[in-house]
Amino acid sequence: MTTSTQPVPAAKPVLRSEGEPLAPRVFRLVLQAAIALSILVLLTLLIDVLMDGGSKLSMDFLTSPASSTPAKAGIEPAILGTLWLIAVAAVVIVPLGVASAIYLEEYADPDRWYNRVIEVNIQNLAAVPSIVYGILGLAFLVRGPIELGATIMAGGLTLGLLVLPVVIIAAREAIRSVPQAIRQGALALGATKWQTTQRQVLPAAIPGIATGVILALSRAIGETAPLIVVGAAVFVTSNPSGLDSKFTALPIQIFEWISRPQEEFQLLAAAAIIVLLVILVFMNSIAIFLRNRYQQKW
Amino acid sequence: MPSPTTPGGSSAGAPSTGSKLVSGRSRRGEHIIQWLLAAAALVSVATTLAIVVSLLAETILFLQKVPITDFLFGTEWAPTFADPSFGVLPLVAGTLLTTFLAILVAVPLGLGAAIYLSEYATPKVRKTLKPILELLAGIPTVVFGYFALTFVTPLILQDLLGLEVQGFNALSAGLIMGFMVMPTIASLAEDAMSSVPAALREGAYGLGANRMQVSTRVVFPAALSGIVAGVVLGISRAVGETMIVLVAAGSIPNLTANPLDPVATMTAFIASIAKGDAAVGSVAYETLFAVGMLLFVSTLIMNMISIRFVRKFRQAY
Repeated sequence: MTTSTQPVPAAKPVLRSEGEPLAPRVFRLVLQAAIALSILVLLTLLIDVLMDGGSKLSMDFLTSPASSTPAKAGIEPAILGTLWLIAVAAVVIVPLGVASAIYLEEYADPDRWYNRVIEVNIQNLAAVPSIVYGILGLAFLVRGPIELGATIMAGGLTLGLLVLPVVIIAAREAIRSVPQAIRQGALALGATKWQTTQRQVLPAAIPGIATGVILALSRAIGETAPLIVVGAAVFVTSNPSGLDSKFTALPIQIFEWISRPQEEFQLLAAAAIIVLLVILVFMNSIAIFLRNRYQQKW
Repeated sequence: MPSPTTPGGSSAGAPSTGSKLVSGRSRRGEHIIQWLLAAAALVSVATTLAIVVSLLAETILFLQKVPITDFLFGTEWAPTFADPSFGVLPLVAGTLLTTFLAILVAVPLGLGAAIYLSEYATPKVRKTLKPILELLAGIPTVVFGYFALTFVTPLILQDLLGLEVQGFNALSAGLIMGFMVMPTIASLAEDAMSSVPAALREGAYGLGANRMQVSTRVVFPAALSGIVAGVVLGISRAVGETMIVLVAAGSIPNLTANPLDPVATMTAFIASIAKGDAAVGSVAYETLFAVGMLLFVSTLIMNMISIRFVRKFRQAY
């Protein structure tokens, strides 16, 4: 026994002694530092924005149009533009996203090549840079075959296409998490496939789908680059009046103010950022609320 | 008695004729529904095709005027000058530089966070930390740009570190972009590490390994394909990111590897030329699509690699 363990220890004690004292503790500290640093940057960012923009926030700021005098400038057209854009995007992505997800989860045979193409394609679209969607919007919706001009309709459709993959992926996950037993039960009672899907699977998946839609829309709200390319106007003094009106949006207004050299405008940008972040936090809390309140654990 | 017989009787009497009727009638409806659903799924395929067509059409026009070798290998980018030149290398260099800086930040932070969340954190800690990282991922990029321009550059780089940087520089944009990309890497890597079977860990613990050894020598290699997928996707995100570089790195095409210089990336160029309202049909307008094509193809390749690796680890466990 003792003779046979003699040659092995050469490796073993190293493992043991390294094990307890220093290296693992340092390793754990390094890992914690990685997370702490990320949180620190996030906090610094939030505090910086609050300190810069807090003093500029007022009712007047929220209800005034853009102006070349910093003291009078506001973000009403930008807020309304953002709401219009999101409404258009939502109208596009909810039916398309849910229908695609139902097809892929309930109907498509995953072994067929065309269904695999659709699947890989959606994963791919989710990672295409947002500015490329802007180019698509510019070429197809603003100028090319559809020629909507730089309108709310074109901007909203562009944002809708941009976040459609996010919705599809979230809706698929929600549909997949409905237990198979529910489908089998409905089918055994004589329901057709669509009846099963429509009356059993879909209602059970709605909280998950709604969460996905809200998160997708909150991503769309912050998108700036595609709207720049589609041609959002940077200086808008009147509120949008319909789908065919020119528009600006909160992130566009923020970008416009950041690009100006005067400090006053930078502070306005910070104030608008606060408004944008408040909207995002609000939407995310709805999503979290829905997830916790309605999502069933099967 | 009467109430049970009605449904019972109808279903008992109907089967032979009823099932034929029902299946015959509903099958057509079912088929129509299936086609409609498939059509909706095809919209995303059509989107990809539309992206390719819109990029390709103008790129071909562009390449008829500018030889492709001048475009890909030229070292000067000045498409709107009176004497224009169309060498895309300065934009590529700007993209590579900011991406490199971002990855330098995002990979260690993202992997560190992933290992901690997957191997060390208690479920309760994980439940608090993950939403915070999601919050970081949800910050609009124009806000990161503001932070890089008005906080990182003047206060951190210039005042605290005393670097000789101008207001616009690749360094602050790249560093902050790293924090934007970090949650992407962390979430994919954590996903991969969490799906490594517990038996592998238990085997290693049983042999006397400690947590660090289990994390770095067992879980990390076992989850490698997922980790690679995360890093590649992170690089693709950084390459495609527009607002941070547009706001904080300036938009001066600059063939440089010095992070203290201002640079323009491919994305920043596309945004600034689109903002400038170049006339349709002009070469300047077409450059937008040519650069967009380059951007699309390079991110597409990275995305495909990433998807491949994700599938690999999903299959393994």
